[in-house]
Amino acid sequence: MTKSNDRLLLEFEQPVAALEQRIQEIRALAEENDIDASEQIRQLEAKAEELRREIFSQLTPVERLQVARHPRRPTTLDYVQTICDDWFELHGDRHGQDDPAIVGGLAKLGEQPVMILGHQKGRDTKDNIHRNFGMPNPAGYRKALRLMEHAHRFGLPLLTFIDTPGAYPGVKAEAEGQGEAIATNLQTLFRLEIPIICTVIGEGGSGGALAIGIGNRILMFEHAVYSVISPEGCAAILWKDAKKAPQAAAALRITAQDLLQLEVIDEILPEPVGGAHRAPLEAAQTLKQALLRHLKELSALSGRQLREERYQKFRRMGAFLELSE
Amino acid sequence: MSLLDWFAERRKQTSLNLTGSSPFDKERQVREIADGLWQKCPACDTLTYTKDLQQNWQVCPSCGHHHRITAPERLEQLLDPGSWQPLNEHLAPTDPLHFFDQKPYSERLATYQERTQLKDAVLTGLGNLEGIPVAIGVMDFRFMGGSMGSVVGEKIARLTERATCDHLPLILFSASGGARMQEGILSLMQMAKTSAALQRHRDAGQLFISVLTHPTYGGVTASFAMLGDLILAEPGAQVGFAGPNVIEQTIGKGKLPEGFQTAEYLLAQGLIDAIVPRTELRKRLAQLLSMHRPRLHVSLPAISSEALTLQPML
Ligand SMILES: [Zn+2]
Ligand SMILES: [Zn+2]
Repeated sequence: MTKSNDRLLLEFEQPVAALEQRIQEIRALAEENDIDASEQIRQLEAKAEELRREIFSQLTPVERLQVARHPRRPTTLDYVQTICDDWFELHGDRHGQDDPAIVGGLAKLGEQPVMILGHQKGRDTKDNIHRNFGMPNPAGYRKALRLMEHAHRFGLPLLTFIDTPGAYPGVKAEAEGQGEAIATNLQTLFRLEIPIICTVIGEGGSGGALAIGIGNRILMFEHAVYSVISPEGCAAILWKDAKKAPQAAAALRITAQDLLQLEVIDEILPEPVGGAHRAPLEAAQTLKQALLRHLKELSALSGRQLREERYQKFRRMGAFLELSE
Repeated sequence: MSLLDWFAERRKQTSLNLTGSSPFDKERQVREIADGLWQKCPACDTLTYTKDLQQNWQVCPSCGHHHRITAPERLEQLLDPGSWQPLNEHLAPTDPLHFFDQKPYSERLATYQERTQLKDAVLTGLGNLEGIPVAIGVMDFRFMGGSMGSVVGEKIARLTERATCDHLPLILFSASGGARMQEGILSLMQMAKTSAALQRHRDAGQLFISVLTHPTYGGVTASFAMLGDLILAEPGAQVGFAGPNVIEQTIGKGKLPEGFQTAEYLLAQGLIDAIVPRTELRKRLAQLLSMHRPRLHVSLPAISSEALTLQPML
């Protein structure tokens, strides 16, 4: 079992952390004095678990955002390693670049060969710099485009994992056509005659997320978020104060529960108590089971039907009034 | 010189430089600008008589600066008189998130609707451009910065579907700050929706010309604006995905290259096909359209039952 002090606790976890600290102390004292405190420890542990469950069942939107951005949260490659039975990573946009912020490759999910695409955040500071904190440049979207087309040609289901603060806002990204790269992916995803399942595993940051986020099924982890703009960015524009991010996070309706209600996603994947990072293998199992189940459902549809269904799904999204004449 | 004489003089010269020998005093200039009789060019400071500016398609006669124009003005400039048939004018925005920042979104909507006399940030419809039938959509930056919410997405998707169905070329003019934050994730999904409709139009072998006007950013750039089979831009238009302020936050203030994200920059980067001055747009669009005809049937589309049953909304 990991010690709580090397687990990067979030602020709202402090009450649990304090309790766990006490459990540690009691355990140490009991050992030192050769006393059997196991019953007391069991009770306190149950209480800590209960407290954590309670805290995580009522997270505010901005707290969920912190869980979604947790540095230890499982990334695309973490899930690939745990849910796939085989994996062959593929690289490059064939136009001179390979963006490490998007990974892709061929995999087997059980017996089923699939194409996997996902944003990739780093696992530590050095890796994060290499991965550009999961913020793709056009080359990343063009690599994704190439792999989507490949999946379509060979009839491979496409599984995408969304976890990005957004497409990278940089001079080079603009010079190379960030907008065009994203737009082309959006359009292409509506042409593919294969099953596509997208899962928001962490942070769904705007157009940079959507560029690999159009599928027949959209799943979302319980503490993941998905937003048109970062709450900080929204607060800076509408409140003229980035510190109003908690208000913006609430107003933007970015949680999985909100998105289910707004009929943007199809299913919420429950996370282990305390978030996916506390029990990554458990989260991976949940993900794998859901993907297999949806793949099985979608396998009943023809390529044409899959394409049509995807069109209708996104065609319905939005809210407006049709005034009568 | 009397004011009457002066007006006579003005007819000879279409514009007048502020820094030159101005026949009327500063105070009067300010007053007449306020009256809307004259407009000062933000690029070269030249004062131009408003009517002359209108006649020159809102392009500064001195420096060629393209003033921002409204969607109705754009349609009037481009389409054959009397050919405009608006579509889906009965679509109006709502407030699905009950979004509230400093002000409720519903209140903002009402303000902009009153100010612009538009229901939302795009006009869509059918019309003829130099005799060629087209489906056309024009964004209006005055309405909440041309932001794309559900109404913009739906109207563009419906227009595109109509163009697909009627075998019509599609022309979309963009002018937008990006997605409409107040509609949250639903505004993001309009990027998907418009791209989906354009995919079908493309599959049907129809032509889509995207015209980028100042400014076009964010979710509009990253969806329909960059999906044109052909992409044109007005001179000096600023177009990008991320706004300059956002980029400066990462690279530092004043570090952006000269002319960054202008139409000229985009052309040099190979991101657009051509820059066309507004005064030539109609002619050049007709030229392109004529080179793509005929495709399937070229008969003029009859006024559809849909357009006939739609009453203009107030
Ligand atoms: Zn291409
Ligand atoms: Zn000028």
